[in-house]
Formats: sequence, structure tokens, C-alpha cells
Amino acid sequence: MEIFLSINDWFVGLIPAQITGLTKMVLIALAYLTLFAVLGLYLVLLERKVAAWFQLRIGPNRVGFKGLLQTMADALKLLSKELTGTVKADKFLYNLAPYFVIITSLMALGIFPFTQNLQAYDINIGLFFLIGISSIGVIGILLGGWSSNNKYSLIGAMRSGVQTISYELSIGLSLLTMVLITGSLQLSEIIEVQKNGWLIIQGHIPAVIAFMIYMIAGTAETNRAPFDMVEAESELGAGFHTEYSGMKFAYFFLAEFINMFIIAAIATTVFFGGWLSPFGITESLPWLGVFWFLLKTFILVFLMMWFRWTFPRLRVDQLLTLEWKYLLPINLGNLVIMALIVWLGLTLQF
Amino acid sequence: MTNQELQELIAGWFTDPSAVKLEFTEEGSQFLNISIHPDYLHEMMYYLKINRNTNFDYLFCLTGIDWGKELEVVYHLESTDHRHIIVVRSKIEDRDNPEIDSVHDIWETANFHEREAFDFYGIRFRNHPNLKRLFLSEDFEGYPLRKDYVDEKLMVVK
Amino acid sequence: MRTATINNNFKSEEYFINMGPQHPATHGVLRLLLTIDGEVIKKVDPDLGYIHRSIEKMCESDSYQQIVHLTDRMDYLSAHINNEAVCLTVENALELEVPERVKVIRTIMDELTRLSSHCLWWGVMGMDVGALSSYFYGFRDREMINDIFEETCGARLTMNYNIPGGLRQDIHPNFVKRVKEFLAHFKTKLPEYDRLLTGNVIFQKRTKGVGVLSKEDAISFGASGPVGRASGYSCDVRKHHPYSALDRVEFEEALHTDGDSYARYLVRIQEMWESISIIEQLIDNIPEGDHQVATNAVIKLPKGEYYQKVETARGELGVYIVSTGTKNPYRVKFRSPGLSNLSLLNHITVGGKIGDLVATMATIDIVVPDIDR
Repeated sequence: MEIFLSINDWFVGLIPAQITGLTKMVLIALAYLTLFAVLGLYLVLLERKVAAWFQLRIGPNRVGFKGLLQTMADALKLLSKELTGTVKADKFLYNLAPYFVIITSLMALGIFPFTQNLQAYDINIGLFFLIGISSIGVIGILLGGWSSNNKYSLIGAMRSGVQTISYELSIGLSLLTMVLITGSLQLSEIIEVQKNGWLIIQGHIPAVIAFMIYMIAGTAETNRAPFDMVEAESELGAGFHTEYSGMKFAYFFLAEFINMFIIAAIATTVFFGGWLSPFGITESLPWLGVFWFLLKTFILVFLMMWFRWTFPRLRVDQLLTLEWKYLLPINLGNLVIMALIVWLGLTLQF
Repeated sequence: MTNQELQELIAGWFTDPSAVKLEFTEEGSQFLNISIHPDYLHEMMYYLKINRNTNFDYLFCLTGIDWGKELEVVYHLESTDHRHIIVVRSKIEDRDNPEIDSVHDIWETANFHEREAFDFYGIRFRNHPNLKRLFLSEDFEGYPLRKDYVDEKLMVVK
Repeated sequence: MRTATINNNFKSEEYFINMGPQHPATHGVLRLLLTIDGEVIKKVDPDLGYIHRSIEKMCESDSYQQIVHLTDRMDYLSAHINNEAVCLTVENALELEVPERVKVIRTIMDELTRLSSHCLWWGVMGMDVGALSSYFYGFRDREMINDIFEETCGARLTMNYNIPGGLRQDIHPNFVKRVKEFLAHFKTKLPEYDRLLTGNVIFQKRTKGVGVLSKEDAISFGASGPVGRASGYSCDVRKHHPYSALDRVEFEEALHTDGDSYARYLVRIQEMWESISIIEQLIDNIPEGDHQVATNAVIKLPKGEYYQKVETARGELGVYIVSTGTKNPYRVKFRSPGLSNLSLLNHITVGGKIGDLVATMATIDIVVPDIDR
């Protein structure tokens, strides 16, 4: 961590004092943007490799060593592709939609603590902010579907609206269950609390239930199989982004993968102790926190990929039945149980 | 039922078989062939389906044949209970405006097969709910499976 | 242009959607005009002919040997069985008795074809309900069958292995060995199919009670093959009108009575087991002998009509040949199983969701060139 601080000191000395705050913000934003765009691209590659593994294939293996540069080639292709669209599309909304999706998902990344002190912005309503920002993304999907002037897109967008509104509840409630233990929405404090044991252990049974509900709802929130109603390629072609091409499509695509990372990162932070190492084995080396954080996150990302390549897709009414008839009541009951456990002091603390 | 029994039973339904041009033959075919005048076809088909002894509930093939002077519609029927098969045929003499009753109300499968026969032979099926071309486009001219169909561009005659 | 000719009394909530001719779920160039209210399907109107090649008209100017080649291109997943249907019709008309060896090999090839077709269907079925991985599992096993075909017939899809009077060439020396290897392999993989899809809760929810077809309707719509048998309608041509070596093998007709998509799925899975059993009964006892009998170079069928039905992977294929005694048939009609099976789509999908339509279409197992011919 010292190295970051010394870079910071050196940098602050370089520029006039009046604009340090602003410049720092811009530079950090640029760094995050580059870093997570690349991360998103490599998540695509990971997905393809995982899919290949599940499907008895080899996967991309031609560009670069073991296909590591494949995803770069894809990005270049998408960048250089012609942007096409329907004549009757509502041009303004049509062009606006991808930015809604990509910007909101990048914004959410800003508040994750990757390790001690490595956090761009530590706001005190962290979790609340995350839930809020992830709901804005769906506006982009709705806009894209509506303005494309394509019936398949519209059906996809409407499905997405229904789905996100429903599963938002479960995400919020399952995270709220855990907030009962931490007593704070601030992500750094949530991790602080977990130094006495990860929340999934502290909260034992209700925490496990909350985690399972969170993972189901999170998969639905990112519109991934088995909840990929929105795209449902065998039903709707490509769903809401049918009429998008080139970079605009790439934004949707990238956002999906970054969202998946975010969902996994939230789960890591709230349930699995964020950057804390298991049993504190590397407590003396805080920079290893990044490794632990990413390891846990990628295990959860892998779990979501596992879902996708194994399960068939639900039907849209079954999707809603699952949420409103099963997940939501269970979640509410779970919340009460958790409250009782916290009140009676039955949490497991080490 | 054997072909002989079927023939006797079906002939018994009509007081005057020659008036409806009812004929039976097994020549040149492995099944019993019944030919009937198109106007009486629907009635006989209906009885073939509902009669307990015949019970032809499965129409497995419906097609047209162009015999030059006249067009013929051929129905292959099977009973899923008795497992006997007959062929019902009906010749339409008016080539320019061929019409016959639709049997889609007896066997649902006739719906598509009659559309196919209409598409290829121009045979109009009366009372058909949706008689339009099945395979060819709406603006296609002529009926390609008729023997007198000519198309110099698309057809290669060997 | 054609949309304008559809007369529907639209209510304000209903709208049209064009599914196909290029759509992932239509498995080819089938176009469905859907009338939809929200997500609920009000009407399905198939629009056919995008791959119509007028095979029946072409047959009228071809010799009987040439017709066989065209049949590959109908239901390309049942190419062997289609070939055999024409050959059987011609042989019956000529009263030609083919050697025992030919009969046994033909039946083995038929069942291999059925297995390969069902493998592909299973993969695509999974894909249609959203489980993409099944596609690759299905293709892995289908690939082995295709290799066997390639070795013996020289082709992987359009085999042209049957000719009137027998087989084009004798089986490859490796044939028996490789078929046995495949069967041993496939018997371990079929339970894997069950583990991946059949037992999956989501899959069962998607298919159980969806697209229900009653037995009466199945018969009335002329359903055949697995679609008919899933409704409890015993329509296996192999049982009722056995041909080739099917009279000497024992197998069970896969019958289910629910009539829903799940029953159609189970029927096909059971059929795969039955096909394995049929091949196992025959593979060790392929009689020695010639692989064809000589026919005239120009085949002329006696004047008359000939009808032969066979059971393809999709259902009952009928070949109806009218001959006037010349070297060309006067009229050839292929009664394709696909057309009848497709005609009931509207009947069983109305009232369901778009997702149901896709799942139901997958269980009907449509091959568009078979419908359009």
C-alpha cells in the first residue's frame, strides 16, 4: 500500500493544489475504465473457455498464446464494424441506450474495496448505492428495446423490465438480511465486521439462505441463463439488442459481463469477507487482499457460468412465479429469522 | 375386415351404385380401390369414418393426379382399430374449374394436404377454411404438377 | 406482401410477429406468422415453401434409380430410410426378392440413422429450451455414427446407399466392429443425456403439460412417429407393417399417454434404447451373400400403383408411385411425416407462451426440407 501512497504524494506535488482533487478523480476514472474494460473482455474469454470445457470443446486457441488475445481481436472487430440500425428507429434513444447500460455498470465498480485502502470511493451508503445503480441499467435495456422499432426487441425489453423489477426485491432483501449483522451499509465497514468471521459463517443458516437467494436473483438481474428471457436466442433472436451492431452492441455485451463481475463482487464483499484471507493466513500482507478478493469473485463468476451452461431457460411466467411465490416469501421469513438471531446474539463470532 | 367384406358393406350403403359411379377394383394396386363421383364423395367419406365396422379414422395420404383429360383426387385411408386400408378416388372432369368437397371436417390433416393439392393441381376444395397456396407464392401462375404445365425458364424437360 | 392477405379481426392488444424464415428456433427456413397478445399465442400460421424444390415434379422425368438420390434431400436426417422407401416400392412392384444380407444391413442402417437423427434432435431440443451444452453432447455421439456411414457409404449426410435391388456396395470390413464400439460407447452416454436434461426441474417445468395433444386429435391430424406415439396412438410402421429385417427382431413400441412435450421427449429417448436393441440383435448375424441382385439398367414398373410406408425418425413416410409402364413414373407422391406433424402445431400451441411454442416445436422435431420437398 505504501507504493500507492508514495505515488500519490509524488503526483500531488506535480500539479497546482487547486485542481488535485479533480485531476485525481479523472485519472482514477480513466484507470478504472481501462482496467475494467479489459477485465470485461477477459471475462468474455473466460466464459468461452468455460463453455468450451463444459461442451467438450477446446475453445478459442489460435490468437496469441492459448487464445489469450482472441478477445482483443474480437474487440477490434467490433470497433471497426459498421454501425447499422433500423430506419424507423428513434435515433436519439437508440443511441443513448447502450451508454445507460455501460455507464451504470462501470459506476458501480467505483465503490468496491479491492483490498485495504484500495477503494476509489468509500461512501457510507455503499450497498444502497449498488442496488440503486443496478436498477438504472434496466432503463437502458428498455430504451434500447423500445427505440429499435423491432417487435422482438420490444418483447425482450419488456421481459427485462418485468424481470429486473421483480428480482431487485430479492437482491435488496437478501442483502438487507446481512446488513442486520453488520449494522452498516458502508462496504469498508462491512468487511471490518467480518474480521470476526465471514458473514456467511457469522449468520449461519439464514445467511446461507440469503446467499442462495442472492445468487439466484443476481443471475436473474444480469439476464443470464437460466433467466436469459431478455435475450432468449431460441425465442427472440437476440432480444433487446437485435438491432444493435458494432460498438453499441459491444457495450451491451461488455456490460453484461461487468454486471456479472459486480454481482459476484457484491457477494464476495457481503458474504465471503471481501479481501480478507481465509482464517487470516495472510493478514500481514494486505496487498494480497486483491488476490483473495479476485479469487473469491472469480469462483462466484464461475458458478454463474456453470449455471448458464447447465440449465435450460425458464419461461417468463415461471420466472415471475419463482420470484413472487417462492423467493420473496422465503426472503421475508429469512429476514425475520435473521433479526431474531441478531437480537438474541446467536451469531457465530470467532 | 377383408377387402371383399368392405366392398360388400360399402356397396350396400348406396341404393344405386351406378348413379354415383361407385366402382371397386383391386387391379394394379395392393389395396382395395373405390372410385366415386365427386359430388357424393364427402358423404361416403363421412360414413367411412363414423361407421363402426369401417372406422377409417386415419387419412394418411391425399394427393391429386393429372390423367390428361381429367384430374383425380386420391385418398388413402387406414383404420387404426381394424388396420385395414382402402383407397378412395374421385375423378373430376372439369379441368378448367375443378371442384370437390373438402374433407377437412372429417380428418383435420386434410387441411394442409388439400392446400397442397390446390397448390399443385388447382383443385378447389369446397368449404375449405383456408384455401390458399401452401408452398408456392401467391402470385405464382399456373399449377405446376399438371402435365400440361410449361415453364421455359424454370423447367428442364429431359 | 403476404401479411396483407391474412384476415384477422384484430383486437387492440393483438399484434403480429414473424418467426422466420430466418429464426434460430425454426430449424431452417420455416416461417410462422404468429398472432400474439402480450406473450400469449393466439394463432400460429405456418408459411411454407422457402425450400420447395418440387421433388415430385422432378421425379416424373427421372428414372427410378435417379429418384432415390432426390429422396436424400427431403428429410436429410433420415436419408437411409427415405432411400429405402423408394427402393422397397420399386422392388415390390418388380416382385424382386432382395438377399437376406441386404435386408439385415438395411435395417441396421435404418436404426443407425434413427439414432443419429435423435441425437441431433436431443441436442437441438436442449438448445431450444436454453440448455446450450446438450447440443454438443448430441453431436459428439452423432459424429461417431456419421463416421461409420462415411466408411461404408462414402458420405455422411446424403448417403445414397440403397439402390433398387440392394445396396450400392458391400459394407466396409470394419463396419461390424465399429458399430459395436459405438453401441458400447452410446450405452454409457444415454444415461448422461437423462442426467443433463430429463431429470432437470426447469426442463420438466418447461415441457410437462405443454402442447398437449389428445389421441383422437393425433389420429385426426395424421400425426405419426414419436408425436403420435406420445399421445398413446400406436402408429409405429415398423410394428404394423414390418419391412426389411424388422419381422425378425423384437422391440417395444415406445408409447406414452400424456401427449405433452415431455411425453414426446421420453418417447424419443426410449426409441434410442429400442434402436440400440434392434441393432444388437442383428449386428452379429449379418448373413453372407450378395449385396445386390441385378436389375435391368432401365427399370420399367408394370402399370399400376404402388404404396410403401416406412418409419423414418420423424414418422410415417409414404411413397406413392403411379406407373404407366414407362421408364419414368407417372406420378410420385411423398407423404412426408413433417407436413402432417406441422399441421397440428397451431392446435397445440394456441394459448401458450412464445417459450412454449419453441419447446413444442422442438419436440415435434421439424425438418423443413421434408415438409417442403
